[in-house]
Amino acid sequence: MKKEIICTVCPRGCAITVEGGDGKVTSIEGNGCKRGLSFAETEFTSPVRLLTSTVRVAGKENELLPVRTRTPILRDKLFDVMNAIRATTVTLPVKQHDVVISDVCGTGVDVIASRDME
Amino acid sequence: MYTIQCDVAVVGAGPAGLAAAVAAKENGAARVLVIERDNAPGGILQQCIHPGFGLTRFNEELTGPEYYSRFTEKAEALGVEYLLDSMVLDVDADGGKVTCVNGKYGVTNVEAGSVVLAMGCRERTRESIVIPGSRPAGLYTAGSAQRLINRQNIMVGKKVVILGSGDIGMIMARRMTLEGAEVVMVVELMDYLAGLTRNRVQCLDDFGIPLRLGHTITRIEGEKRVTGVYVAPVDETKKPIAEKAEFVPCDTVLFSVGLIPENELTRKASIAIDGKTNGPAVNQYMQTTKPAVFACGNVVHVNDLVDNVSAESEQAGKYAARYAAGKFPAAKGEAVCKPGANVRYICPQKIVLSDEAEKVNLYFRVLSPARDVTLRVRCGDTILAQKKEFRVNPGEMNSIAVNTADVADGEIVVEVM
Repeated sequence: MKKEIICTVCPRGCAITVEGGDGKVTSIEGNGCKRGLSFAETEFTSPVRLLTSTVRVAGKENELLPVRTRTPILRDKLFDVMNAIRATTVTLPVKQHDVVISDVCGTGVDVIASRDME
Repeated sequence: MYTIQCDVAVVGAGPAGLAAAVAAKENGAARVLVIERDNAPGGILQQCIHPGFGLTRFNEELTGPEYYSRFTEKAEALGVEYLLDSMVLDVDADGGKVTCVNGKYGVTNVEAGSVVLAMGCRERTRESIVIPGSRPAGLYTAGSAQRLINRQNIMVGKKVVILGSGDIGMIMARRMTLEGAEVVMVVELMDYLAGLTRNRVQCLDDFGIPLRLGHTITRIEGEKRVTGVYVAPVDETKKPIAEKAEFVPCDTVLFSVGLIPENELTRKASIAIDGKTNGPAVNQYMQTTKPAVFACGNVVHVNDLVDNVSAESEQAGKYAARYAAGKFPAAKGEAVCKPGANVRYICPQKIVLSDEAEKVNLYFRVLSPARDVTLRVRCGDTILAQKKEFRVNPGEMNSIAVNTADVADGEIVVEVM
């Protein structure tokens, strides 16, 4: 399998061609630097993304707490994690980086608060 | 009338105002007052819940709220004061007086040694007004949809077409998809992306959202609510080719068609505005044509990275503090920054020469995309600085540093060859 990947490590945006199959990479071409090499490999085998969203706040209909995953999660899990986030309501006060959902959807990653809210 | 005295008054508590206020304090201003119309500091970053901020400044990827809280924490520790829920009505540029109004004190006078304008910008809506068709519900600027969804818990639609491939437009395409809406397509008039490539990858490609370059919306349909739009390709003169228009059903249209610096106060204060940036013309101290008034951030020129906003705002805060303290560098001459080949504008527009030599970052945008170019600053035939760039794009701001000690009276030219 051949895949064209646009590198997002820096603004240069190299078009990298990755070849391989079964989660194994056989060749990488077009990367402008070393960082692009590891980016392309991860992007080919199991792309990850940082997910940000908002959760409801108990007793406040028109306020939302911004949240994020502490580290990037598998891209395939984005919609599962969104469902878990949608099902969550927090009670204030919350401090920045407090855990809102721990080990969300078995990813091993916590969903944490992006800001303080009182 | 209620009167407050301070050394530096800052108009706006967004990223620019916060960085300026912190820098003013750090540079000796005893009393710094930030006047803000919202009920909390943070500005637009409060609704920018997505990551991608701080990569150049902090070397890590922060969300909007995380980015501004680095500054609000510092501001609090340094004793920066806020006047929230307050609308500034007037800036008296010669007297250093700011008139504002708020629910607690009524009309309030702020008497300051210097003033920093940091009002930011607002979204362009012109495109949405010149598109023929009906005026149904379901038309939003991308930023207002972002505020409704991210701060007020109001979902704006289910089937969305986005006009404009700016960063906010693409980020909203992802956000609405994650919240369960279907984003039918992103339509872009130009034949290149307006925003950053990383946003196309992570916001459009990841979710299979089509990007139609060289297309525009020619008509909006719907009575009470939008039922769809006509999308047509454009010719070389950017005129839509009507016979190729296709009907795209949708219930919501988001417009991400550019930002305009919010300069009503600036104009009222008779401060000179640059016709290209639509913001006040400034020197390297971020000082406007009125010596006691400084300006920074998107009110000066629309930035694509908040990291750059923070850097130039610190410069504004620092020199506003020095101006208020009567310790401003004495001018010995000046050089005008002139856009050369493939350069649209330069900020600052002017460099003041003094006994204090310093490194000044010249921020600029190119007119059209190019590859393998040299960015160059010259003064007559003398090259002051140059560097190579793999790629330049009107959507991504460039910068090059010069040392003011090398600059002679007259003009310097920035060019991309």
